[in-house]
Amino acid sequence: MTVSPIENGIVLDHITAGKGMELYKVLGLAELDCLVAVINNAYSKKSPTGKKDIIKIDAQIDLDFDIIGYIDPGITVNIIKNGVNTKMEKIDPPETIEGIIKCKNPRCITSVEQELPHIFKLTDRENMVYRCIYCESKAK
Amino acid sequence: MRSLIDILDLTTAEIDELVSTANDIIADPEKYAHKCQGKKLATLFFEPSTRTRLSFEAAMYELGGNVLGFSEAQSSSSAKGESVSDTVKVVGYYADIIAMRHPKEGAPLVASMKAGIPVINAGDGGHNHPTQTLTDLLTINREKGRFSGLTVGFCGDLKFGRTVHSLIGALSRYEKVKIVLVSPKELTVPEYIKEEVLKAKNIEFVETTDLEEVMPQLDILYMTRVQRERFFNEQDYIRLKDSYILTPEKLATAKPDMCILHPLPRVNEIAVAVDDDPRAKYFEQAKNGKYIRMALILKLLEVE
Ligand SMILES: [Zn+2]
Repeated sequence: MTVSPIENGIVLDHITAGKGMELYKVLGLAELDCLVAVINNAYSKKSPTGKKDIIKIDAQIDLDFDIIGYIDPGITVNIIKNGVNTKMEKIDPPETIEGIIKCKNPRCITSVEQELPHIFKLTDRENMVYRCIYCESKAK
Repeated sequence: MRSLIDILDLTTAEIDELVSTANDIIADPEKYAHKCQGKKLATLFFEPSTRTRLSFEAAMYELGGNVLGFSEAQSSSSAKGESVSDTVKVVGYYADIIAMRHPKEGAPLVASMKAGIPVINAGDGGHNHPTQTLTDLLTINREKGRFSGLTVGFCGDLKFGRTVHSLIGALSRYEKVKIVLVSPKELTVPEYIKEEVLKAKNIEFVETTDLEEVMPQLDILYMTRVQRERFFNEQDYIRLKDSYILTPEKLATAKPDMCILHPLPRVNEIAVAVDDDPRAKYFEQAKNGKYIRMALILKLLEVE
């Protein structure tokens, strides 16, 4: 199975196998008009599981790198303009994320005050630990 | 404009400064009697805690200031469904500083983002209670003159005890502190305290179920309550509770200058007979709570 090369667009490569659909959802790719391909379980020599997911977007769109850095920082982002590829390997996990995930701690102030933004802070970069800024519960 | 939400918001230098101001207030209270004249403290207690509230109010009065506020959610606007943000925005127009207690974790942080005046966290659920930790630190400083090099034992419910967790966090920033954790197996310190605080900061610590065995090593013994409702069954509670009750007999092997602390209120975890022992410092500790809150109010209001 092949998906034709892109002249103008974006390829998210080396997505951890299984995270392709999650990214597709949170990046809002379902709302796009252009051609979008999600390839699950492609062969990968780099990956320890031998598998990776790939997303191809046949248009220039603004990507939310915070979301990518939070969900799967090991991704390679290829931005292709007129056939020229600008490659970004590994996306830095963002210091804070807002509105991407919700705090699930029932004792947290966000559980009773719905209008508060759900904000998480990166507290341990090595282990990718995010904590709610209000109650300090771990994300996920 | 600064607030105090978490004890770790303060650097060790700032803690030293607060402790030394508090010591100065104790030495010469008259000098501070009018420092906050014309200033108002709002005590917003969305859940009752009489001791903490009175300590804040006494602190402000002794600085020559005034106090307004409420002592439970029923008498506040939140009973009508008003959000914390809206409540504190309004209070920000009436008062100069807020002390806030709230059953939900993070509520004082929300308040500090919206109030426009300094906010002191006076306890948010089981999460933080930084003025208790400051009280503990002032008491240790007054009794021992230092934090470094002390062996500090914590006894009782170390799983749910937020005062224990934040005091461990505060002490872990000093040199050569040794922590001794004494609790039943059901109530040991949570894994993240061991991983993210003690091990991460290379603090020497031991865990044991036997208080008497470690008693001779301790410079400080911090007692907490073992609550019946924390146990799965009554038999376990009855079997274990006596091991964590401090009696004059158990103190026989303790250092003559060891100091016994307890955040109060006590139920039965320290026998009343211990109160007469010169090492019992928990009432002293409660008194210190007022002085450190005075020092904190001065600092946050930037009163010289
Ligand atoms: Zn939370």
